[in-house]
Amino acid sequence: MSIKNIMKTSIWYSNPVAFQVLGVCSALAVTVQLENSLVMGISLTLVVAGSNFLLSLIRNYIPYNIRIIVELAIISSLVNIIDELLLAYYFEMSKALSVFVGLIITNCIVMGRAEAFALANKPIESFWDGIGNGIGYALVLILVGSVREILGSGCLLGYKIIPDILYNYGYVDNGLMLFPPAAFILLGILIFCLKTAGGGNGEEK
Amino acid sequence: MLNINLNHLLGIFITSIFIENILLAYFLGMCSFLAVSKRVDTAMGLGIAVVFVLTITAPINWVIYQYILIPGALTSFGLPNIDLTFLKLITFISVIAAVVQLVEMIIEKFSPSLYMSLGIFLPLIAVNCAVLGVSSFMVERDYNLMETIIYSIGSGIGWWLAIISMASIREKLLYSNIPKNLEGLGITMITTGIMALGFMCFGGIDLMKENKENLNSSYEEKISMKFMEKKNDFIFRK
Repeated sequence: MSIKNIMKTSIWYSNPVAFQVLGVCSALAVTVQLENSLVMGISLTLVVAGSNFLLSLIRNYIPYNIRIIVELAIISSLVNIIDELLLAYYFEMSKALSVFVGLIITNCIVMGRAEAFALANKPIESFWDGIGNGIGYALVLILVGSVREILGSGCLLGYKIIPDILYNYGYVDNGLMLFPPAAFILLGILIFCLKTAGGGNGEEK
Repeated sequence: MLNINLNHLLGIFITSIFIENILLAYFLGMCSFLAVSKRVDTAMGLGIAVVFVLTITAPINWVIYQYILIPGALTSFGLPNIDLTFLKLITFISVIAAVVQLVEMIIEKFSPSLYMSLGIFLPLIAVNCAVLGVSSFMVERDYNLMETIIYSIGSGIGWWLAIISMASIREKLLYSNIPKNLEGLGITMITTGIMALGFMCFGGIDLMKENKENLNSSYEEKISMKFMEKKNDFIFRK
């Protein structure tokens, strides 16, 4: 498989969040603002790529029965590094994301890609597969995050997008967008749109 | 640690089941929620297994965190300046994986019938974000042991309630006429959204008054502030 093919498959045809039902938890929780979504997307991409690469390197030496523990150990070390980096250099974001950075450990995308791809493929390919899946995840997060931020608070990355004049004519921010239910409903609509647009050939039943 | 305030504990219990349902308000445990909610009896099995594992792991993690990991916890061993909190994620996930394995072995040994009904779900739970999430929240909110126990039971029941209701709805959805591209995941997400909307109504119950000042996570602050704004707005309009 060429790298281009791997990327295409993982971002579009079997996008992890939209079509494979993986990693939905954090996809919903951090999308109140675009900035959070971006940071989360980048962190997850780094973790998936790193864990895929490392696991693929040692894939021939892992005894089959204890592979889950080995995977968990590698993943949680990587997540720990990201968590500490955020705490050190980006404290506000780390507070805003609260426990969800730590929860990358149990994010099904990371485990899923490790099981399904890294244990059967060469390191370089696994690395790109991780990057692709991370980007696929990040794109969904960015979409949901921007919609929620624009409709919910009229801003994007903290800058006012909706002009004041609209507010003068009686436009009101939709507060519901900042609450959890909106995330579920938006993601449902997004999945519908993506499917209608022709993505997701390799999706579950 | 032992001055138990029953009202406060009841508040935590009700809040974790209804108002801040771990699944519908924090989105934890979505993966297994979406995968296993197709039939009521399997959902029931997984739900009970989650309550079980949560109730065991969170207090164990609390003890480990308080007596080994926090700065100064090892003073009695002559190591006063050691701060091991950076290890908390790895410790928690190892404890969870170990407990799940152990529980599986014990159940298999002593109650084969329970093992038959719960057994296949137990390995799934090790990677259920709700279990790790509860342990992380208990650290973030500075709960003491009693609060942790109540909180973990409450969250487990909340998760169980959500997955049971979802499975019942999905069994009915089989007979309804859904647009083709919305089938499966799409309609499930939207239904969950509407369910979350329903659970939001419990937000009016104000049991957490004394606790509200303790919440330092900005996410919660934002939500509660937004909620208060809404409330005032509503009263004002009236």
